[in-house]
Formats: sequence, structure tokens, C-alpha cells
Amino acid sequence: MTQGQPVIQIRGLVKHYGRPGQPNAVDGIELTIAEGELFGLLGPNGAGKTTTVGVATTRVLPTAGTVLVGGVDVQRDPATAKRSIGVVTQFNTLDRSCTAYENLYFHCRFFGWGSRPSRERAEQLLEDFRLTDRARTMVPELSGGMAQRLQVARAIAHRPSVLFLDEPTAGLDPQSRIALWEILAELRDHQGITVLLTTHYIEEADRLCDRVAIIDHGRILVCDSPAALKRRVGAGTVVELQLGGQADGLPKRLAGLPGVRSAEPTLAGVRVLADDQAEGLLPRIVEAAAGHHLRDLSVTETSLETVFITLTGRDLRD
Amino acid sequence: MIEGVEPAQRIRRYASSLYGLLLRDLRVQLRDGAGFVLRAIMNPLFFLFIFAFVFPRTGQGFSGGGTTFATILVPGLVGVAIFFQGVAAVALPLAMELGGTREIEDRLMAPVPVALVAIEKILFSAMLSVISAAMVFPLAWLLPGIPVEVTVANWPLLAAVVLLGSLAGGALGLFLGTSVRPRQIGLMFSLVVIPITFLGCVYYPWARLDAVPWLQWAVLLDPLVYVSEGLRAALTPEVGHMPAPAFLGAIGLSLVVLTWAGVRGFLRRTIS
Repeated sequence: MTQGQPVIQIRGLVKHYGRPGQPNAVDGIELTIAEGELFGLLGPNGAGKTTTVGVATTRVLPTAGTVLVGGVDVQRDPATAKRSIGVVTQFNTLDRSCTAYENLYFHCRFFGWGSRPSRERAEQLLEDFRLTDRARTMVPELSGGMAQRLQVARAIAHRPSVLFLDEPTAGLDPQSRIALWEILAELRDHQGITVLLTTHYIEEADRLCDRVAIIDHGRILVCDSPAALKRRVGAGTVVELQLGGQADGLPKRLAGLPGVRSAEPTLAGVRVLADDQAEGLLPRIVEAAAGHHLRDLSVTETSLETVFITLTGRDLRD
Repeated sequence: MIEGVEPAQRIRRYASSLYGLLLRDLRVQLRDGAGFVLRAIMNPLFFLFIFAFVFPRTGQGFSGGGTTFATILVPGLVGVAIFFQGVAAVALPLAMELGGTREIEDRLMAPVPVALVAIEKILFSAMLSVISAAMVFPLAWLLPGIPVEVTVANWPLLAAVVLLGSLAGGALGLFLGTSVRPRQIGLMFSLVVIPITFLGCVYYPWARLDAVPWLQWAVLLDPLVYVSEGLRAALTPEVGHMPAPAFLGAIGLSLVVLTWAGVRGFLRRTIS
């Protein structure tokens, strides 16, 4: 499943934030990520994604367990581990007292680079990330998309082997989001950087990641390629019914139809998981729902959202 | 696998990262060079102007027991300039960065122990303090019509007091910056800066407080007292001052305690 050397190894990771009675934020995570992988942690807010990344990037101390990045224990020797780590945080943490160029230049200096290599690297990155004409712009004057590109450029400036991104596209406009996806794929394909990102966007995990771990309540529920995860559901089509009346016996009746794998009641009606291209499925569903004030019906392909729902019974956005 | 880095190599790496961190702070400060100069000289300039120039002419002069008030004032004002550089250069930006903008994140990811990022703040602040001391000191001579008797009586002592006092001021800035939330900054001035200044033997030598014995003991908690007295010993020994081991020891002690508290606060605010 994983090729290449393991670059991130998370073993028995537990994090409890001091407040007694609270459940563990991270509750026994095991994860191995190979060199050159683009890996996604998918889960709802509060699932433990940010905490996991926090431990791996030396910013959160684990209650139990270990994380190795590039073979270095991040808790025992954070200073050395940080040499192979690049981080893009959830919020804009660019240095507002500096220009775009200076953010990159000083980042290299923080890593002990000399003046000339730092200058050349900063100029190169500005060019690569289409920010050259903004080199002298102060950070507060950059647009959201530019600031995000600059954050990624800064995170990889010291040539880390692993790049961590925490909800990198939250709050970005669709165009900037797609631009960032292209950048991340490019980093993996051409620079061999291992990428671990957290997200609660289904599409982001599905389209971008080689492998996805679905995480909820601090635990990993499943971990595989997006295609394999969707195959696990065993159904190719999701039909959502919105009803004006009670569902009553409807789920049971729908579940008995040919081609239907399962049918569960939802807040608004019923969710039907069915085989791909089951002949005459929709007319039969409509007919069965006739007495239940069928208001709306939507048909979608099985997505990672479906995977999450079948595992937890909840929506990712709940 | 990079585990087991040699100590010598480790120290070299840390030193070059530290240098990078200092360069960043210097660059940001230089962008606001005028602000830095004004911050350093406005307070002493106006103090000397009103108390040493205007008051004697309006008959409101203070009796200085043989020495002019300006002579008493100059070491104290240098002390204030040194000691509160840390509040302006470290505490204010740090409170904002830790409390709101989280801009410090990138420096926390520098390949050094996080405590060193905090120590860098103290070192940078101390650099600025030494520069401000050098700017304030000549004011007394440059302002016309001010009767001062200030000469450097003891260079090594002056260097020791300025250096230790500058570091202690930086450590105070680090401690305050990690203790207050951005919206408490105004309160910090009222509750910390003002009492430290007025009780810091800036406007009077410590020995004269024997007239109010309880106060003479109470002010010993104020680290600025020792910086002011130390500067008096180096600049105006004829005014009278604490013995050198007392003020050097006390500045050293406050440096250690404030650094410990500041680094601890910094770690608490940056690592969860």
C-alpha cells in the first residue's frame, strides 16, 4: 500500500488537553506515511486533525505515543526535527511587519542560511509562486490567495522533506483553492516533497490525495486511497429523498427494492445507497415514496462523504 | 537519519539561526528608526527641560542638598531609557503576536529550541537599550542652560550596569509580553510601568529615602532601583549610592528571575 521509505511515523498518539472529564482530543492514532505521498486527514471540525499535525510539527506535546519525522523523534529533539518540517497553518501567520520578499528571506536566515543563498532562494520562490511583482509589498496588502501562496512558499523555502498543511484552503475562493491544489500536486510530483494536509472538504481529499485517513473523535476510522474507500461502501449511487411527511416504514420498504444496498432515515427524509446503474431504480423509489409527500430527490455518485456517513451515521458538516 | 547531532555542530547551527532571528528584528526596527529614536529621547528630553531648565527659572526648583536636581535626574533617566526599552521593543509586539496575529509561528518553527526564540527577544531588546543609553546620556550636555555634574567616573562599572540592566529590561519585557493579553496593554502601563518608574529611584537617590524608612525598604522590590543606583555610582558618585556588590547582585538576580519567568511564560503560550 505504501511505497518508499516511511517519512512520518505516528505511534499510539494520545493527546488530552488538561481539562478533566474531557475526552482525548487524539485517542490512539497510528499512521505511517511514505516518502512522496500526498496524504489527507479528513474529518469534521474538532476531530483531532489539528492536534495531530500540532504534535508532528513540535507545537503540541503528546500525552502518550511518539511521532517520528524523517526518523527524528519530534518530542525528544524538536530542533533537529524542525529542519525537515515545513508548516502552513490554518490562519495567516505571515510576518506583517515585513514584505513578501523578507518573509522568505528571513525564513531562510532562521534556518542558518547565508545572505546570498537566502536572497537567491527568496527570489526564485517569488518567481515560482507568481509573486515577483509583489516582492516589496507588505503582507497586510496582499490578497487572500497571494498570502496563501506566500505561506506555502515560505514553508518550503528551507527545502523540508515534509510539508504539513492545516486546512490550507479554508476561506479561500474557489479559484485560489484550485491554484493551491495544483501547487501541492506539483510539489509532490517534481520536488518529491511528502505532503500531509488536514481538510474537511470532501472534494479536496478526493481529488488531491493519494491516500486519505478518515478521522473522528480522535481516532482513525479507515485509511486507504479515495477510490478504495469508496469501493468499501459497496454502492455506487446515493439517492437522497426529502419528504414532507413522516418516513415511517419507508426505509424498510426501499431497502427491499432490487439494486438497493441500504436505506436509512435522515433528518429530512431517507438516504438510499444503491448499485451503480440499477435499471429502473428511480421510478421504483418514487413510486414507493408516493404516500410520503416526496418533495425533492437528488442522485449523486458515492463520495468520501458517503464513506464518512456510513461509518459514523453523521454528516461531515454536523 | 539525522539523530545524534554532535554538540559542536548543534551549537553552530543554533548560533546561525539566532543570528537570523536578530537580523529580522533589526530589519523591522530599522524600518521604524525615527520611532525608536523618539521613544528613547522624548521622556528624558522633556524631563530635563521642565525640571532642570524651567523649574529653576520659575522658582519651583527642588533642593538637591548641594547637587542640582539635573545631576540626580540624569542617571535615573538613563536607567528608565534602558529599562523600558524591553517593554516597547519586546512586550508590546509579543503581546500582539501571541494574543492575536500568531505571527511568531514562523520563528517558532526555526530549527532551535523554542526557549532560544524567547532568549533572542531579550538579546535584541538589550541591544536597543544600549543604543538608547548612548543617545540619552549626551542629552544632558547638549541641552543649553542645564547645570549638570555628570562625568564617567568608572567605565567598567558603567558598562556592567548598562549591560546587565539592558538584559534585565529585556527579560522584563519578555515576561510582560507573555503575561498580558493585547487588550490589557493599557493596564500594563498603569499597573507596571508607572509604579516601577516612580518607585525606581529615578528622581531621588535611594539613600535619601531614609526619611521614609518603610518606603526605603519597599522600593527594594523594584529592579529599576538597582539600575538607577548603579548608574549613579558610575556617573555621579558624589551624590551617594548603594554599594556596588548590592546593586550588581540585585540586577543579576532580577535578570535570572525575569528570564526564567519570561521563558516559562513564552513556552506556556507557544507549546500546548
